Amino acid sequence: MSETKADAAIDITDVVCPITFVKVKVALEDLADGQTLAVHLNDGEPIENVPRSLKDEGHKVLSVDRQADGSYTLVVEKGGRA
Amino acid sequence: MAVDYKELKKGGFMRQKQKDCFSMRLKSVGGHFTAQQLGTVQQVAEQYGKGYVHLTSRQGIEIPYIRLQDIDEVKAALKRGGVEVGVCGPRVRTITACQGAATCPSGLIDTVKLAREFDRRYGGRELPHKFKFGFTGCHNNCLKAEENDLGVKGGVQPKWQAADCMYCGVCEAVCPEQAIRVDKQARSLAFDQAACVYCGKCIKSCPTDAWTGEHGFVISFGGLYGNRIAIGRHFLPIVFDEAKVYDIVDVTLKFFEENAKPSERFAHCLDRVGWDVFEKKVEEVL
Repeated sequence: MSETKADAAIDITDVVCPITFVKVKVALEDLADGQTLAVHLNDGEPIENVPRSLKDEGHKVLSVDRQADGSYTLVVEKGGRA
Repeated sequence: MAVDYKELKKGGFMRQKQKDCFSMRLKSVGGHFTAQQLGTVQQVAEQYGKGYVHLTSRQGIEIPYIRLQDIDEVKAALKRGGVEVGVCGPRVRTITACQGAATCPSGLIDTVKLAREFDRRYGGRELPHKFKFGFTGCHNNCLKAEENDLGVKGGVQPKWQAADCMYCGVCEAVCPEQAIRVDKQARSLAFDQAACVYCGKCIKSCPTDAWTGEHGFVISFGGLYGNRIAIGRHFLPIVFDEAKVYDIVDVTLKFFEENAKPSERFAHCLDRVGWDVFEKKVEEVL
């Protein structure tokens, strides 16, 4: 598995939209611009919506990897598109 | 004098069970009413109806319990307040729309503006049977385009630029149709254009804007959601030119006029006459 080493990690597989993105936003608040966050999220609505919301708010997704169980691990750089 | 119910129905007056009472349909385009129009509606419902309105399944307003003898007075009161009466019967019916690109973050086309233009061009046009147009801004399909005789859905045809791509894999993950395959190790990407549904999720998610695209119109034909249920069919590629959309609608309405029996819905007409015959006619104007 080629996972980028992130500065922080969050699991949002236990919540549904829109709480998924709210939790990601809160986690990003603890980071400085340029730092990275690994997000573990479910297939379906979360993977369809969270990357778009991150882009809309100026963050940059660096990688997305599908796990054996069908969930995803996404690494995002805070403010990477600002 | 005998009451001409057919003429009243044409003018949006729906006969009630109760003697000489009508549910009065108001004109709605894309479900937008101004606050001022609503004030007029309130006044009429209180003065001439029973103080309530009914919101219809197609974004319209009806004011029930309007009495036959008040009809002319009610029409005049509505007109003064900027409200028009709707239509019913065998003609182009209320044109529906979601809020679209003007306000919705997901919207790809300006549905409300389109609905108004369609109303200007086709509103109330006499046809063999009712004919419904609906506009939805994107693939999420909040307005259910395929329920309509002719539905228009906003879409975007994605284009990928290798130079800007960092092969993160987000587009593959967000694509609902598995039309994109990213090989991170080999730094390559495969896009199956035929599987694309023009939803634009790849474009909206791409962190480097390697995916871009042109917005257009995805048109469906022959939808029904009444006694019989039929899902509007797609046989055209996405259309980018708005003028071309009107060419397609013109040929569609002409086909319906020339081929449908009285009181035959568009879907039934297509099933009887042949979808292939219709498809050929539409393809002539592409």
